[in-house]
Amino acid sequence: MDYLPYLLAGVSVGGQYALIAIGYTMVYGILRLINFAHGDIFMAAGLIMIYLCTALPLAVSIPLVLLITVAIGFVIERAAYMPLREAPRMSVMISAIGVSYLIQNLALYLTGGLAKPYISIPWISDTITILGATTRRVTVITPILTILLMIALILLIKKTKIGMAMRAVSRDFDTSRLMGIRVNNVISVTFIIGSLLAAIGSVLYFTNYTAVVPTSGQMPGLKAFVAAVFGGIGSIPGAVLGAFLIGICENLIKSGGGAWTNFSDAFTFVLLIAVLLVRPTGLFAEKKIDKV
Amino acid sequence: MKRILALSLALLLTFAAFAGCSGASDNSAGTPASGGTAAAGDSGNAASGDKIIKLGVFESLSGDNGAGGKQETLGWVYANSVQPTIVIGGETYTIVLETVDNESSTDKAPSAAQSLVSRGVSAVLGSYGSAVCIASSAVFDQAGLPMLTVSATNPQVTADNDNVFRLCFLDPFQGTVLADYAYNTLGATNAYVLSKQGDDYSAGLANYFVKHFEELGGKVTDEQFPQGNTDFSSYVANAKAAGAQVFFSPVSTEAASNIIDQANAQALGIPILAGDTWDSNVITQAGKGKDIEVTIDTFYQESGTPFDVAFKEWISADPQRLADNNGDDTLAAFSVMAYDGYFTMLEAIKAADSTDSAAIQAALSGVKYDGQTGAIAFDDTGDALRNSAYIKKVNTTDGTWEFLEVATVG
Repeated sequence: MDYLPYLLAGVSVGGQYALIAIGYTMVYGILRLINFAHGDIFMAAGLIMIYLCTALPLAVSIPLVLLITVAIGFVIERAAYMPLREAPRMSVMISAIGVSYLIQNLALYLTGGLAKPYISIPWISDTITILGATTRRVTVITPILTILLMIALILLIKKTKIGMAMRAVSRDFDTSRLMGIRVNNVISVTFIIGSLLAAIGSVLYFTNYTAVVPTSGQMPGLKAFVAAVFGGIGSIPGAVLGAFLIGICENLIKSGGGAWTNFSDAFTFVLLIAVLLVRPTGLFAEKKIDKV
Repeated sequence: MKRILALSLALLLTFAAFAGCSGASDNSAGTPASGGTAAAGDSGNAASGDKIIKLGVFESLSGDNGAGGKQETLGWVYANSVQPTIVIGGETYTIVLETVDNESSTDKAPSAAQSLVSRGVSAVLGSYGSAVCIASSAVFDQAGLPMLTVSATNPQVTADNDNVFRLCFLDPFQGTVLADYAYNTLGATNAYVLSKQGDDYSAGLANYFVKHFEELGGKVTDEQFPQGNTDFSSYVANAKAAGAQVFFSPVSTEAASNIIDQANAQALGIPILAGDTWDSNVITQAGKGKDIEVTIDTFYQESGTPFDVAFKEWISADPQRLADNNGDDTLAAFSVMAYDGYFTMLEAIKAADSTDSAAIQAALSGVKYDGQTGAIAFDDTGDALRNSAYIKKVNTTDGTWEFLEVATVG
């Protein structure tokens, strides 16, 4: 049995989950909010790309997609989450679910419920052969790009002033505010980074799986969320590692053929339950320092 | 201040919801009504008077089967624009189509069906997709409404349902035709079959194919993918690993474009075979310019007859229709089947000479009609008697269908 095509598919889809998972994990780290609308932002980025490409050349539409997606993420945070900053956490969560359905239904209205074919981006959607396995170039690019972006993000958080502010806000809202940190701006930046990565993820994902429907964001979003929990929600390397593991396992299970292919999705969610039972804080849990 | 803002926002949303509702009903009536109003103009208001007979169009206008459902609806609406009135009991009635969307979903279909019942339709046309037909036939049965589907191929759709009639061939027939084609014409002895879990059409057709292919002496690798799956790379890899010579995948067009794409990306290199669902320009567009071979069986092949030309002109006349037909004027078999279905239903209403549902149902079983897709008559279970299917394949250079042969069984 030749496992290479499955591994390639797994690493590639894992990288795409990772880009979404980072958005979940960062927002959770700072706001303690599970942003249910994140998967739908990912889908929206796909649709925007399709609509932009009908009018503009690729070189313009790709940056524009990233920009618009970032703007959507920013606006959602300002409109639906910021007014609820002092409200109980459950209210924000429900607001997030509302936004998720709003985006899905808008997309349903715009597309008329039909699957929209994604444009094929030259070069990255070319077919190549690696060690006898035929695949798209994007399959190879995705994991590399994901890891580079992750390193850049970790550097940003560890070395820069805004990164320091993020870490401070995630520890303690009120104290950070007292220290002169503009908490709202920091939160906005978090959403901007999350949406940017989701947009990049969507370009890579839909290059490989080329139809966008209003519910396209659901499954990848859910799996990315599981990845984030698996890696220890709040931890960026954890989310990335979790996403790669889920992507690879899922595809290796499919290689079993026959009945096994039925369980590829079930596996992801069994994994979620198992992790929650055995290690509720995930692989790389945030270090909690109890102050006396 | 905040309270006022919240209140006005809530009001706005409620209002929007209402606007949405009326908008939707406008819209659903919209396309048929455009035929209807034109008709009223043609025959003159005085002549047609206020006599109306309502026919329900029960279709999958969104979701997995949205593309096919929209194309089928085009057929209903076009037929309605060609023949918008009917004479019952010496009086001219205007035929009004009431459209609902069952969202391709078995859990939403019964409530969509219920809404058609409450709109007081005399009979139901549709739906595309076997699963939603099976899920909602009981609702129509309780309301005493006859239902005429033109493209649901699963045997269960009409079995034990006296009120359901069907215009197309069935999956056992289709599975046999395709298995014969794979084994005898393509010369394949090893097939890979991929169907969608929990989809009556997909699982059913796959099952009949497997049965017949194994009877012929072939070997089959049979797999399913879960709902919502878009990543077909591993399934394509499985087909390659199994050494299959043909890839049979009776799935929705949405999954189909992903499968075609992935097959191309991984250089699958074996023919892909599918059922009637794939007879859509979604498939020709997905296959255009790719190194793949896609062959399907279907109900109808356009051949430039005056009917084809007129239908195409009608589709091209309106950008919305063109968009619903996926951007070009290729005639999908479902559209033509729906056209025939509409006239078959009209024959039944004429025979019954009444707007009463029970009378129409009784008349349907005896109706005979010579349609664009062949002569139509129903057997005891309510299935049309059909024994031939059109085989065609995608011409990947210019993205069109290429007619291969007519396959006949029995």
